[in-house]
Amino acid sequence: MAQSSLPPYADTGERVWYYAFRVICGAIFLFLIAPILVIIPLSFNAEPYFTFTKEMLAFDPAGYSTRWYESFLSNDRWMTSIQNSIIVAIFSTILATVLGTIAALGLSQSHMPYRNFIMGLLISPMVVPLIITAAGIYFFYSSVGLTGSLFGIILAHTALGTPFVVITVTATLIGFDRSLSRAGAMLGADPTTVFFKIIMPLILPGVISGALFAFVTSFDEVVVVLFIAPSPEQYTVPRQMWSGIREQISPTILAVATLLIVLSIVLMTVIELLRRRSERLRGMTPG
Amino acid sequence: MAESTLQPPVALTTADGQPLKTSLARVERRARIRAFALVVPLLIFLCITFLFPIGQMLFRSIHDPLVVDLLPNTIAALKDWDGTDIPGEPVFAALAEDMKKGREDRSIGKVATRLNFEQSGVRSVITRTARRVAKLEEGPYKEAFLDANKAWGEVETWATIKRLGNRFNTVQYLASVDRRFDTEGNVVMQPEDRQIYVPIFGRTLWMSLLVTACCLLLGFPISYMLATQPLRISNLLMIMVLLPFWTSLLVRTTSWIVILQSEGVLNDILVWTGIVGEDGRVQLIYNQTGTVIAMTQILLPFMVLPLYSVMKTISPSYMRAAQSLGAPRFQAFWKVYAPNTLPGVGAGSLLVFILAIGYYITPALVGGRTGQMISNFIAHHMQSSLNWGLAAALGGILLIGVLLLYWLYNKLVGVERLSLG
Amino acid sequence: MKNLLKSTTVARAAVAAFGIVSAQAADPLTVVSWGGAYTKSQVEAYHKPYTEMTGVEIVSADYNGGLAEVKAQVEAGNVTWDLVDVELSDAVRGCDEGLLEPIDKSILPDAPDGTPAADDFLPGTLTDCAVSTIVWSTVYAYDATKFPGDKPATMADFFDTEGFPGKRGMRKTPKANLEFALIADGVPADEVYDVLATPEGIDRAFAKLDSIKDDVVWWEAGAQPPQMLADGEVVMTTAYNGRLFNAQTVENKPFVIVWDGQVWDLDLWVIPQGAPNKEEALKFIAFSTDTQRLADQAAWISYGPTRKSSVPLISTHAESGVEMMPHMPTAPDNFKNALQNDFEFWADYQDELNERFNAWLAQ
Repeated sequence: MAQSSLPPYADTGERVWYYAFRVICGAIFLFLIAPILVIIPLSFNAEPYFTFTKEMLAFDPAGYSTRWYESFLSNDRWMTSIQNSIIVAIFSTILATVLGTIAALGLSQSHMPYRNFIMGLLISPMVVPLIITAAGIYFFYSSVGLTGSLFGIILAHTALGTPFVVITVTATLIGFDRSLSRAGAMLGADPTTVFFKIIMPLILPGVISGALFAFVTSFDEVVVVLFIAPSPEQYTVPRQMWSGIREQISPTILAVATLLIVLSIVLMTVIELLRRRSERLRGMTPG
Repeated sequence: MAESTLQPPVALTTADGQPLKTSLARVERRARIRAFALVVPLLIFLCITFLFPIGQMLFRSIHDPLVVDLLPNTIAALKDWDGTDIPGEPVFAALAEDMKKGREDRSIGKVATRLNFEQSGVRSVITRTARRVAKLEEGPYKEAFLDANKAWGEVETWATIKRLGNRFNTVQYLASVDRRFDTEGNVVMQPEDRQIYVPIFGRTLWMSLLVTACCLLLGFPISYMLATQPLRISNLLMIMVLLPFWTSLLVRTTSWIVILQSEGVLNDILVWTGIVGEDGRVQLIYNQTGTVIAMTQILLPFMVLPLYSVMKTISPSYMRAAQSLGAPRFQAFWKVYAPNTLPGVGAGSLLVFILAIGYYITPALVGGRTGQMISNFIAHHMQSSLNWGLAAALGGILLIGVLLLYWLYNKLVGVERLSLG
Repeated sequence: MKNLLKSTTVARAAVAAFGIVSAQAADPLTVVSWGGAYTKSQVEAYHKPYTEMTGVEIVSADYNGGLAEVKAQVEAGNVTWDLVDVELSDAVRGCDEGLLEPIDKSILPDAPDGTPAADDFLPGTLTDCAVSTIVWSTVYAYDATKFPGDKPATMADFFDTEGFPGKRGMRKTPKANLEFALIADGVPADEVYDVLATPEGIDRAFAKLDSIKDDVVWWEAGAQPPQMLADGEVVMTTAYNGRLFNAQTVENKPFVIVWDGQVWDLDLWVIPQGAPNKEEALKFIAFSTDTQRLADQAAWISYGPTRKSSVPLISTHAESGVEMMPHMPTAPDNFKNALQNDFEFWADYQDELNERFNAWLAQ
């Protein structure tokens, strides 16, 4: 099938297949990426429509405007939701990263009892359908008075974010050479020093990418917020988008979406750089 | 080790005279405790904020104390009722007493609502009768009840009350599989026009399978391409997989609305190129098609990433060896390469299926009538009909399904290999 | 700028995390309503003048109707909503279930001419736990540009996909839709609930809905139908009349409302049991339901006030200057073949009918 390049002796059938395969793959990549790209120009539409106007297709400057960005920036609800999202994401990320990293350190030790079962338990927030999590949290929070507060959302998002930290940090620790920390201990360092001076620098890429995952999870989560945040004072960005899509459809949503895409590009780049650095440190990739 | 066959002449001891075996065991135990202690904070945190709330929620599916608590006298009086004919005066008197109390503390409406889930129309029978009974100083009550509403002369009404006279029951689980108790206490199917959850569970499975199959179909070629291209190109292509992965779910769902709606981008292109006429715009969204398309795109990265990581480890020399032994390219691929990708196929498919089966947001926004999945009905009973017991029972069934799949995944793939790009 | 954002963020986080908000002196009043143009009319007519008069800040939240949130808050003993705008059936059901505070009607101000409030409100618009503000109606409207020839004029035309081809929008609930189906099938408005109370009547309504099932796009939030009509997603749709009015006059959309077979209902203020600012909420209710305030709201949206004394005060639309009276559901021309939503019927049968409706949808 399609090897990386076509050998000179390939026959016609192989040639056809080679190009056909590339076209198919191109189409699939387009399917993946087009929905994201299409939103960006549409968010500059001068008209309140969700489609390309004639002026836009003719690249007439009059067809474009930044009015939806202005309406986003001048809207108190959107601004509140951004503030809420940032607060919730930062605090839940910190909590999830600390709890998850410590747990991963325990999990990666060979002495860990019931390792598989506990690991399964700790990862479960990732696979349990969100609607079930949300329903459970809703009843529980109502009974202890945590609904309608950012603190409640922070706790819920921490629970949802920890699996990512556990997974990434455990993965980094697989390549970790235990003799390094033993050597540190033998040279007289206490466990805290060993952790901060030896272990931490090596697993840092894993911790950071886990933290970024937790951040994005919180920044993107809407089902739980739908249940436990009854008033707009506590709305997060996705919750505000949800209202926007269901109730007041305007291209402002596309402007917000574009900004979120920019954010995800930034986060993705950071993660990619970290991953490569980590692999290089552990000598796993040649280049 | 050798200890079973070869006993050492003298037990080895450590410097302080302890037998080595005991000492090692103690060190081992300490290490286990230390390892476990590191996990404990997160474990406790998750127990409080995640596991306990879910358990508590599921408990509602079998715990149904409302009628027992609010109609205690009636339930006690109904204990000996045989269910063949309408009960006698003592039961009516007991119900009258419960109703008077329920009127006073304004709880009778709760009972009425609970019973109304089981038998439509009972709600107003109870609230209206309670209003009348509150004015009665003394009995006989039977006459007054029968006079107030003919429903009190029907065995079914009493059977419904008696059925809910247990603090714990399975009524909600029966309802979640479209079954109910008849007046004799047998389990029977719901009337045909009210059978809904079994078909919805079926549809949820079907749509999840479809999404998984689409993801595999689309994910396989591009994973192969990613794995066989030189690193520089594949890194570039990888961005196309990772960007959607990192982009907000709501953003992607919004884009699909923009693209697929009948005045949307795709339909505009179709009309512009003359493939369809202005009147022939295709309905691509707010139905099952739209939901499957959007979910496929959203879940595709979860298929590509594990597939890619498996394919990367398959040496190209296998294919070359097969071909040099005379196998045609396609056969070499099918017999040699494809079987090696099975772990990736399994891991990706299971993960996509698990995530798809509990999907809520996308079906809710673009599902329309035919694209709703079981999660949407759980949300409906949580938020609109307020039948929380039924929501819990539906959730319980869904959760058991997901946990089984998760267990399978853990067994076959291992949770720590959940691919995150 | 960055530092400012940072410091306010941290301060907010501290406040949020330690629950300082609830310890503040003058609590804002949380008022929950249906969003969009409707909430806007309340903000303009009630909230702004109230804040101006008393200094009490009002936080306005949106919801999609129903008692779920109220029930959850009351049962958990952690009520955060002070005032909710509900439909009549929910006001009655919530009151029966002890979810709502009973409201003493003596707090309501008399009409300017001295008529006591109890006589000034239309009959049936005050209940044990609720004070009504408006009469609203579910009607259908079509896009005039899509029907150059014959125009839909009756409820039967909505169900006639041969005479008037194109997609329809309908609310995803049996409520009002079953009534529409029967009216379209020839049942006179005043007999609709008698027919619906029989199994044959329900079958008949579903059979009628079945005839257009494949052409229906279902909506849930009140702001969706005008949008769907504007986007061309549907050629006609049921909707709340006030939203349609807003699209017609403020956004200049070519929509035409068909009043035949309208199903009208009330919106009422209720206070969840144990609301944090109950006293303030009561004051707000008394303020917002006086004669002038109800008439003021009618300057923002075409919903009819429930006080008789407010009707003569209705004038023109605040933004476009359109005469409001002809757009009210209760205007004589519009009210010819109208049906009041029967809250008793829906309180009794909504569980069964919802289930059947969902089963029908899923088929």
